[in-house]
Amino acid sequence: MNSAKPRTQFALQSRILHWLMAVMILAMLFIGVAMVSSLADYRWLVAIHRPLGIAILILAVVRLINRKLTKLPPFPPTMSPLERRIASWSEKLLYGLMIMLPLIGWGMLSAGHYPIVMFGSVHLPPILPVHPILYAALRHTHTILAYLLFFTIMAHLSAILFHTFIVRDGILHRMALWSRKDASHKE
Amino acid sequence: MKTELPRKSLILRLTAIGAVLASIVGIFAYTGGWLTPRALTPSSLIDTFQEVNGPHPGFRRNHAKGVCIRGTFESNGRGATLSKAQVFAPGTVPVIGRFALAGGQPYATDAPHTVRSMALLFHLPNGEEWRTGNNNMPVFPVKSAQAFHDLLTASAADPTTGKPNPAKMSAFFAAYPESAKAMALIRDTPVSSGFENSTFNSLNAFLLTNAEGATVPVRWSWIPLQPFAPISTTEPGLADKNYLFDALIAAIHAGPQRWKLVVTIGRPDDPTSDPTLAWPPERPQIEVGTLTIDQIESEDVSPARDINFDPLILPTGIAGSDDPLLSVRSATYSQSFTRREGEPKTPSAVSAAETAK
Repeated sequence: MNSAKPRTQFALQSRILHWLMAVMILAMLFIGVAMVSSLADYRWLVAIHRPLGIAILILAVVRLINRKLTKLPPFPPTMSPLERRIASWSEKLLYGLMIMLPLIGWGMLSAGHYPIVMFGSVHLPPILPVHPILYAALRHTHTILAYLLFFTIMAHLSAILFHTFIVRDGILHRMALWSRKDASHKE
Repeated sequence: MKTELPRKSLILRLTAIGAVLASIVGIFAYTGGWLTPRALTPSSLIDTFQEVNGPHPGFRRNHAKGVCIRGTFESNGRGATLSKAQVFAPGTVPVIGRFALAGGQPYATDAPHTVRSMALLFHLPNGEEWRTGNNNMPVFPVKSAQAFHDLLTASAADPTTGKPNPAKMSAFFAAYPESAKAMALIRDTPVSSGFENSTFNSLNAFLLTNAEGATVPVRWSWIPLQPFAPISTTEPGLADKNYLFDALIAAIHAGPQRWKLVVTIGRPDDPTSDPTLAWPPERPQIEVGTLTIDQIESEDVSPARDINFDPLILPTGIAGSDDPLLSVRSATYSQSFTRREGEPKTPSAVSAAETAK
């Protein structure tokens, strides 16, 4: 990429992290909500949920560090000051939830006296003492924050769809995996 | 800047965006079970337990009345030919567990024919755990979650008579002939006088994998070294509400109680997915070790109260079979656990004063 030109896209590693984590987090939310309603598939869902959650935690920390170290493309001029404020705040909320949800899951299993099985005989150590009330509180918090994450992602998706198809400001190009000199649409 | 969208195009695009968002939320809601409120879920199954037994906050929704135990498991090393799990390597590992009576009433009066259970947690040297719940029945009475639910509601005490309604029970057995057969087998199996001389069975099948990667289906049994004695209906002790637990407490205070672990090796075509069916009696059996229980303590003081004895918490070398009930047990135990852990605790029927006697 030519560094002399003003950035129109997020850094390549930022875009890769975004889409990889988008797939992982959406899969995770669907697995999580299925675990609550499923009897027959619970065993497989829970076996995927734990290691996938820890993978998301690791990637979220990598992403947070990357976020601090890279320059962002400017907001498109079509975004009002209010929209920009909302976008910045929702970004903080998304980062917070990406990190907090796996940590709460890990802490909740610790407090619930569960072994934290990743795969095979690989385990994580407990991060909280065994405590019934703490377990129950974290278990409920895990659910509430997961719904909050789902609806934050839906709000984010709504904004992107609105800008892409109604405002038509090429906002999606900022995060697209491909690089394109001209972000305008064929209309 | 773009030219403004024609009105028709704008409406079409907004509708399409709305449809995309609504579909994702709809699929999410469907996955979470909100669009199928009558389907059986871990939550609805635990609700059924609560409806049948009444509310007993803080207690397990099934096997509610129990007492906690500690001891050791000494492996003789013979199980290592079947499974690479550390528990089967020669040596001794600590065990914590719980004896209980089936049913969701934590203050029920002990009765000889109530199903007895022995739940165990083995702490392996590499940090892995083996948790297992075992019952004193030869086979399990149902083979699906729906059958379990229907048995629960059919066998619920009728409010007028205080006993299960025989018509409902016959309807249940007509709907689930495999349960009728299993129940006949359960009835024909002699019940022992107490916990300490009961045989406890895994009921569900599991898969053992050894260091060479060979996998065999198994079931296991905990066979007491304490001699069998038949139940007695004339014992004076029967007047005591906790007579089965008190006898167990007295036995453990008198000396360690022991069970040998016997693994039955199935053939690939044995019914691993159906716990109502017994395996042919000629299947080979291997004795792999001895469980020694030397301590007993009330749930009020034991950490075992706050352990979920989920049968799918297994070390490498032991895995669940294709029996669908294993996943059902795992999911519903988790639901029961989450509910009771957040509720205020009331003292157990088997108190610390009683276990100290």
